[in-house]
Amino acid sequence: MVAKKSVKFIAVLVLFLTSVSSFAKDPVQNDNHHGAGEQIDSPEEIKEYIAHHLKDSHDFHLYTNNKTGTHVSFPLPVIVWTSEGLRIFMSSEFHHDDSGSVIVEKDGVKLTKIHSKIYELESGATQVNFDDEHHATNASRVLDFSITKSVFGMLLAGLLMLLGFGALAKGYKKGAIPTGFGRVLEPLVIYVRDEIARPNIGEKKYRKFMGFLLTVFFFIWILNLLGLTPLGFNVTGQIAVTVCLAVFTMIIYLFSGSKDFWQHTLWMPGVPVVLRPILAVIELVGFVLIKPFSLLVRLFANMTAGHFVVMSLIALMITMKEAFGPVASTGMSLVLALFISVIEILVAFLQAFIFTMLSSLFIGMAVEEHDHH
Amino acid sequence: MDQLLNDFSPGLFFMQAIILLILIVLMRKFAWKPILESLQSREDGIKDALESAEKARLEMQNLQADNKKLLNEAKAERDTLLKEARQMKDKMIEEAKGEAEVQANKMIEQAQAAIESEKKAAMAELKGQVSGLALEIAEKVVRKELSSKDKQLELVESMLTEKSLN
Repeated sequence: MVAKKSVKFIAVLVLFLTSVSSFAKDPVQNDNHHGAGEQIDSPEEIKEYIAHHLKDSHDFHLYTNNKTGTHVSFPLPVIVWTSEGLRIFMSSEFHHDDSGSVIVEKDGVKLTKIHSKIYELESGATQVNFDDEHHATNASRVLDFSITKSVFGMLLAGLLMLLGFGALAKGYKKGAIPTGFGRVLEPLVIYVRDEIARPNIGEKKYRKFMGFLLTVFFFIWILNLLGLTPLGFNVTGQIAVTVCLAVFTMIIYLFSGSKDFWQHTLWMPGVPVVLRPILAVIELVGFVLIKPFSLLVRLFANMTAGHFVVMSLIALMITMKEAFGPVASTGMSLVLALFISVIEILVAFLQAFIFTMLSSLFIGMAVEEHDHH
Repeated sequence: MDQLLNDFSPGLFFMQAIILLILIVLMRKFAWKPILESLQSREDGIKDALESAEKARLEMQNLQADNKKLLNEAKAERDTLLKEARQMKDKMIEEAKGEAEVQANKMIEQAQAAIESEKKAAMAELKGQVSGLALEIAEKVVRKELSSKDKQLELVESMLTEKSLN
């Protein structure tokens, strides 16, 4: 029932997405400096558009009216740590510019935005100079703590989680059986507990890690699903986000490792003494680098690829228009995008599941106590 | 790889870490802990309920077995009672029969004895009357016969001959 509903929901979303994207325009293409009115229709432009949307952005861009050249978006706060200290202002001051041509001056610090990254100009410089590879030569990146679109997405997901599961938790005060939306959430919590945490970590120790595992599972899942909406969040496709999640898992399993775990990792019993240091290096590299890396890359690559494929299929409508005509290309794009979107719903869950599953597996490895033979 | 490193935003990493940390703490306090505790207590409750149901079922079974046993015992007792009653009845009938027979025999005997004695008394009376009658008749006859001397002699004579002939 729920699955059916969400399929319908996504079908509506995809329709909405396709209709919006046919009018939407790349802000870069459409800002004051580049002139207005051109539609994105060449493959290069589409590629750039997709690449741009896979990235984090400093404002929440909804769509652009190509007739008037106005952007429908709302700005998000920019919080940066510059050489002169903290600077806070709204992203609307960049006027949707993403090429480094708009320079915002804040208390003696000149800031500009190039490809969704904020740069600080060297003192004395009035405009950004680029080298042949389009790297800024007289500007350096600043520490950017802005409430970007991704941060906004994370806050939204966190709020949704607090509201949903807070309501579920409160519901238990009224009776042992949840009502309303809690009925959907409860089986999911039980699923994470009984299918992910318990079998991998073990009956005795799983409770301690439930807070992390449940939070991460629902956090990733909700963000993955938000990414499928036309709002176009790509939070779990930001490498910094997946790195952070993986680092959390790593810290947890390294700090909760049992004596047995460290003994087996650093000085493997039952192996010739000569081999032990080599094994220790391999094991350590495995636990500190390879395992977190596999976690972060899997999530990042899957989500980014998913977004890329969905957007490319929607773009088929434009790229295939010449070859097949508007009706056929739109139909093809619609069917394919719908198909991939349905798969992406599955992937959204699957990636959250795999991340949580592997996290609990690694934690399980670390807390396991071996029988001494 | 270069592109990936370029895309990595330390600020976003930092924000994500803080958000995740706060979220974990908040969710633990306001959601996961009460939810998991409620789930645990509910599961324990269900387990207890199931166990007690099983216990009740066993008790019921025992009770039923007891009932059956009691019923069987009652049936057996009833049977023995019935049997005894039947035996008693038979015995009583038998005894009553015997007693009645004895009584009847006795009555018959008494009746017979009474009849015998009545008969004897009647016979005796009859005999007395008959002998009286006979004597009377004989007296009358003798008186008539022996009214003459000749006849007396004749009688003696005949008697003597009779004697001698013998």
